[in-house]
Amino acid sequence: MTTAQASPPGLRAAPRTRRSWTGWRFVGPFMAVFAVVFLAPIAYSIYLSLFRTKLIGGTTFVGADNYLKVLSDAQFWSAFGRVALFLVVQVPIMLFLALLLALAIDSGRLYGTSFFRISVFLPYAVPAVVATLMWGFMYGTRFGLIGNLDDLFGITLPDPLSPSLILTSIGNIVTWEFVGYNMLILYSALRVVNLSLYEAAEIDGASQLRIIWAIKLPALRGALLIATIFSIIGSFQLFNEPSILKSLAPNAITTYFTPNIYAYSLSFAGQQFDYSATVAIVMGVITMIIAYVVQLRGMRKGAGA
Amino acid sequence: MTMTRRHTLLLGAALSMSLIATACGSSTGGDSGAATTKPAGTQANAATDVDAALNAGGTITVWAWEPTLKQVVADFQAKYPKVKVNLVNAGTGNDQYTALQNAIKAGSGVPDVAQIEYYALPQFALSKSVTDLTAYGADKLDGTFTPGPWNSVRSGSAIYGLPMDSGPMALFYNKEVFDKYKIAVPATWEDYIAAAKKLHAADPKAYITNDTGDAGFTTSMIWQAGGKPYQVDGTNVTINFADPGTQRFTAAWQQLVSGKLVAPISSWSDAWYKGLGDGSIATLVIGAWMPANLEGGVKAGSGKWQVAPMPQWEAGGKATAENGGSSLAVPELGANKALAYAFIKYADVEQGVQTRMDGGAFPATTAELNSPAFKDKPFPYFGGQKVNQVLAESAGEVVPGWSYLPYQVYANSIFNDTVGKAYVSGTTLQDGLKAWQDASVKYGQEQGFSVQ
Repeated sequence: MTTAQASPPGLRAAPRTRRSWTGWRFVGPFMAVFAVVFLAPIAYSIYLSLFRTKLIGGTTFVGADNYLKVLSDAQFWSAFGRVALFLVVQVPIMLFLALLLALAIDSGRLYGTSFFRISVFLPYAVPAVVATLMWGFMYGTRFGLIGNLDDLFGITLPDPLSPSLILTSIGNIVTWEFVGYNMLILYSALRVVNLSLYEAAEIDGASQLRIIWAIKLPALRGALLIATIFSIIGSFQLFNEPSILKSLAPNAITTYFTPNIYAYSLSFAGQQFDYSATVAIVMGVITMIIAYVVQLRGMRKGAGA
Repeated sequence: MTMTRRHTLLLGAALSMSLIATACGSSTGGDSGAATTKPAGTQANAATDVDAALNAGGTITVWAWEPTLKQVVADFQAKYPKVKVNLVNAGTGNDQYTALQNAIKAGSGVPDVAQIEYYALPQFALSKSVTDLTAYGADKLDGTFTPGPWNSVRSGSAIYGLPMDSGPMALFYNKEVFDKYKIAVPATWEDYIAAAKKLHAADPKAYITNDTGDAGFTTSMIWQAGGKPYQVDGTNVTINFADPGTQRFTAAWQQLVSGKLVAPISSWSDAWYKGLGDGSIATLVIGAWMPANLEGGVKAGSGKWQVAPMPQWEAGGKATAENGGSSLAVPELGANKALAYAFIKYADVEQGVQTRMDGGAFPATTAELNSPAFKDKPFPYFGGQKVNQVLAESAGEVVPGWSYLPYQVYANSIFNDTVGKAYVSGTTLQDGLKAWQDASVKYGQEQGFSVQ
């Protein structure tokens, strides 16, 4: 675009037409699939969100009513508050752990690095459903690991599935699942650091901490930003873990525990497809805004450094 | 520039991922109510339609999770060789209703026959998703079924399904545990609470029963106590959990919940089956379909369990309630309704009933319930007890006049959001029920009902 504007007027027409058609031929197949599986569902959800279907009275056009309702829906905001809390507590812990692990592996001072790396990464290969079931069994105070510990030591550990601890317990599962994944993103970013930088630092007599601070962390900035944005999206999309734990802790996990669970319950238990679509769109827009803000901040810092 | 493109994609991904949950829920906005019903004028021909359909043959799909239907399908195909029945387990209870509602909304993949529990049937009937079977002669079956289930499948003069089984409640108890601690089998709820205290004091790991908040159980208990929280007249609905029957239940049950005398184990969980086998869950007040589940799921309990009448609110009383039970219904969008009706009649009224009883099911038909062969059958699992005598008696003592909400499936789904709090915090059952009532009223109004 910028080059087209800069070129002299006489030369503009020909390259422009040729470029647009050739380009479209390449992206055509992708755009077709993208339109069907990405854009169409979004357009359809937006369409749905403008209507309200009642068991008695059928479907009516309600304009922005559903959106106004979401904005004043206490259950939606309590769900949002819960994932926001989850985000600000769990994501930093997880990324910090991932960072430590990546630095540890990259330091080259560990024995059995590849075994260590694969075993930290392995939980990511376990499907979230299976992981949650597994942890759910361990959390059990009667027949689970917690129950066994209680019996063994004659103590009463707090119930991880009680309403006050359930979010922490879910955070633990999610951290276990995704630490390895984030570690791998960060580790691969460390692998592309030019080795001559380390050599130069050593010649200058820099300590390992100084190398981490001055070389490795700046090199990780981009990867950390990506990992953060993925984690933000992941937190706002939280669904599998609470949805499965619900059968073990029915009274601790409500039908509006996270925005996604809320949307799911609205459409599948309540038949409120229209309102559910609205909740999903509002949540999508909020996620977009937050991810955008984080990205802008990350970029500005990157430019400043 | 590259950054801009990348983050646009990321954001697009964020948005579309959050839409997946809803987008797959509804592929058309079509109105399922638009499907036509058979005109009344053709009613006389309907019965011959059913016979003709059997002779012509064809293929029907049946969605059901009830295990004994497998044999019924085999027998039915043997009897009518031209008919092919695909029996599909599309999930139990709510899972299946979700799939069914989605299929109906999509207008494709709708089965010819669906198993629908009594509490859920009004919701399907209201949206005209299931066929009124009077056109096929179901109205002539009056008197064939026990009153509880028969009332559950009817709405006005329409009949939306044929009762398949029923769940009159009884007290299932672990006799070994009761004998060990010398506890008498409770005849009243007062005795039951006393037994709960005595048992838990004698063995802190043992509980009288389990309860983590179960909408089906709670409504059945209120039903037995004489409560009528739901009054339904067409689209006029009244919800009131402050009535004396409900309060009678909450006053008693609150003692068990507050005293931590019920095991915090959810029904149908692994821990539940284990508890039923090892004596740490000593009783279940549950529907008459339970014996087959105990025999199949709790092998360790064989010879230990017995069945007694449901505890009463007044000494010497005889009042019970229904708990669960299903019908077979014919979805309005099914392709071969005459043949579908022929199948459900075979399964619920004709030879299928005996087949299913042999498999351990509890019938809803009066003739079978009263037959000596049924009543006098000893159950080895229950130490040879003639269990059906207790259960059949319960079937005749169900308190009349109960009705569920026309959107009970949704109401039950939010039970643990509201009443569930009573099990994990200081909220009382009565307050929890009030919150449930408010949420149910709100939903009903949003759905266009006139709710008070």
